[in-house]
Amino acid sequence: MESLLRGVVGFIYPNELELQWSVLIVLYPFLTGLVAGAFILASLERVFNVEAVRPTYRLALLTALAFLLVAPLPLQLHLGHPERSLEMYFTPHRSSAMAMFGFVYLWYLMVVLVVEIWLDYRRDIVLQARASTGARRFLYRAMALWSDNISPRALAIDAKVGRFVTVLGIPSAFLLHGYVGFIFGSVKANPWWSTPLMPVVFLFSAIVSGIALVMLIYMAGCGLRGRPVDMPCVDTIARYLFYAFLIDFSLEMLDLIHRVYEADESFKTLDFMVHTKLFASQIVLQIFVGTLVPLGLLALIQLTRLTELARRTIYVLAGCLTMLGILAMRWNVVIGGQLFSKSFLGYTTYKMGFATREGLLMALAVMVLPLLILWGLVRLLPPWDAGAGADDTGNGGHGAAATRRPPS
Amino acid sequence: MDIDRRQFILLAGKALVLTPAAAVVLARLAAGQAAEAPGYEMARHWWAMAIDIEKCIGCGNCVRACKAENDVPREPAYFRTWVERYHVPVDDPEHPLVDSPDGGFDGFPARRTADGQAKDFFVPKLCNHCAQSPCVQVCPVGATFDSPDGVVLVDKTRCLGCRYCVQACPYGCRFIDPRTRVVDKCTLCYHRITRGETTACCETCPTGARRLGDLKDPRDPIHDWLRTNMVQVLKPQMATHAKVYYANLDGAVR
Repeated sequence: MESLLRGVVGFIYPNELELQWSVLIVLYPFLTGLVAGAFILASLERVFNVEAVRPTYRLALLTALAFLLVAPLPLQLHLGHPERSLEMYFTPHRSSAMAMFGFVYLWYLMVVLVVEIWLDYRRDIVLQARASTGARRFLYRAMALWSDNISPRALAIDAKVGRFVTVLGIPSAFLLHGYVGFIFGSVKANPWWSTPLMPVVFLFSAIVSGIALVMLIYMAGCGLRGRPVDMPCVDTIARYLFYAFLIDFSLEMLDLIHRVYEADESFKTLDFMVHTKLFASQIVLQIFVGTLVPLGLLALIQLTRLTELARRTIYVLAGCLTMLGILAMRWNVVIGGQLFSKSFLGYTTYKMGFATREGLLMALAVMVLPLLILWGLVRLLPPWDAGAGADDTGNGGHGAAATRRPPS
Repeated sequence: MDIDRRQFILLAGKALVLTPAAAVVLARLAAGQAAEAPGYEMARHWWAMAIDIEKCIGCGNCVRACKAENDVPREPAYFRTWVERYHVPVDDPEHPLVDSPDGGFDGFPARRTADGQAKDFFVPKLCNHCAQSPCVQVCPVGATFDSPDGVVLVDKTRCLGCRYCVQACPYGCRFIDPRTRVVDKCTLCYHRITRGETTACCETCPTGARRLGDLKDPRDPIHDWLRTNMVQVLKPQMATHAKVYYANLDGAVR
């Protein structure tokens, strides 16, 4: 009893002694956010014809896939009965935001992302299958669904359908992460979550984090392969990051100002929480280090002329801080929403385990896993300009992209 | 197997249509069986509870009886019902002092600071069996459901343990049972009331502060009680249509 009550201030309902959603539920919106953001960056090139970001197009798609594959994992680890989780698909409860999210997830994974990647890579996969032998050949043939047709007409159909899927994918990506926001924003019992702005804020923070992630992975990829970074590309990405971040920050400030001005029955409780238990993660990490500093850095680049090296350094720094800031935002929403009692009369503390099922080690593993999957995907389906590898027709990924999609 | 495209599409179409249909039929077949209460007709009842704040003496009988009757974990973080003690200063009613040591399981120790200028009272709490319950709304698999007689119940063989309902309940009435890893809450002693008995908490209350009522039974005294008392539900702004009614409830109670 003594140890349970340690960390409790004031009065909380007796059943609130145990925090319900752990750090893994913090990672879940973080991961899906990265997926949605990465996809939106990819669609910039494909749908909106922003040619400068083409070097990151395929990388962004693979990143989205790698993170989307891992996104349900923290949920599975968290469930009391993960073996029953498929019931969400077999006997869904239609009024439940969470149940419907299962279908949004499946739609996005199977209909949008996998199909788009497959259509985009189909030519490369067939060429790889032709050029390889043994198990490798079998793998690529299976990935091509045993089709060998890469006639100009077939490729033209691929491109046409691919574009359609991407156009479909943009609202789907919005839906994917907007829905995650809705899962929290629709809980009327919790004033920290319950706001119609939640899906919008989640969406824009998702775009911000996804763009920052792809920018970082692209630069790291260039570094690892010893290739120069395409500066016009990262300059453009950073510009979009800056714009998206401005919108995101404005929305979050709107939410904050609205809460402060309206000052409803929960305000004093939440205000006290932000100034005490959430001060480090909300004010310092999320708003200052994770938002104002990277916004300032990105603004600096828009306003001044810096050398390539300086810009690259700033991009890496701003990208990392942005990711940290968005992770802190997810933490503050999920954990922050559980630190105060629904009686508004007291507070509790989140004690994260270390080597437990929902502890820090598991959280780190869940964070690293998508990067490992991405590494595997990149090996299997090289996204780089020159690297379709075995086809060696002098017509690698970039060239293929050019023939597939004549600039409009 | 020799199969042309047309046949394949037909076959795949059938499989696509029939698989969910089979799943629905199976789910219906596998759904829980009727309660073992011969003669009990769910449609003829609409259960509620009446609590009189002035009668509660904070003895904790209800908490102990509930834990014993329903095999609720003994640890302090798990309660189907609990009792809160309020100390509301007359000049600062916005900031009441509230405590509920071990949910009131062992009653309440005397307060160290006796302040004459304050109101003191006990508030027994339990699931409000809301007619528009947020917990039922959010359950992804329908494991939490409204029974036709107005009781919010949990099918423990279906619950995923996702804890969304715990987050959605405005009153803090739900917990995850550490032994089964599924959600648990007050069932209004469903196994008793369907046999014509009252709940364990009502049965053991020495002052009659809490009483079970059937709103569909015109002879039930709860109708008189509701007519002759000023009643309130907890957090009416949540619009959950709670069915635990409190008489003499102070505005400071959250």
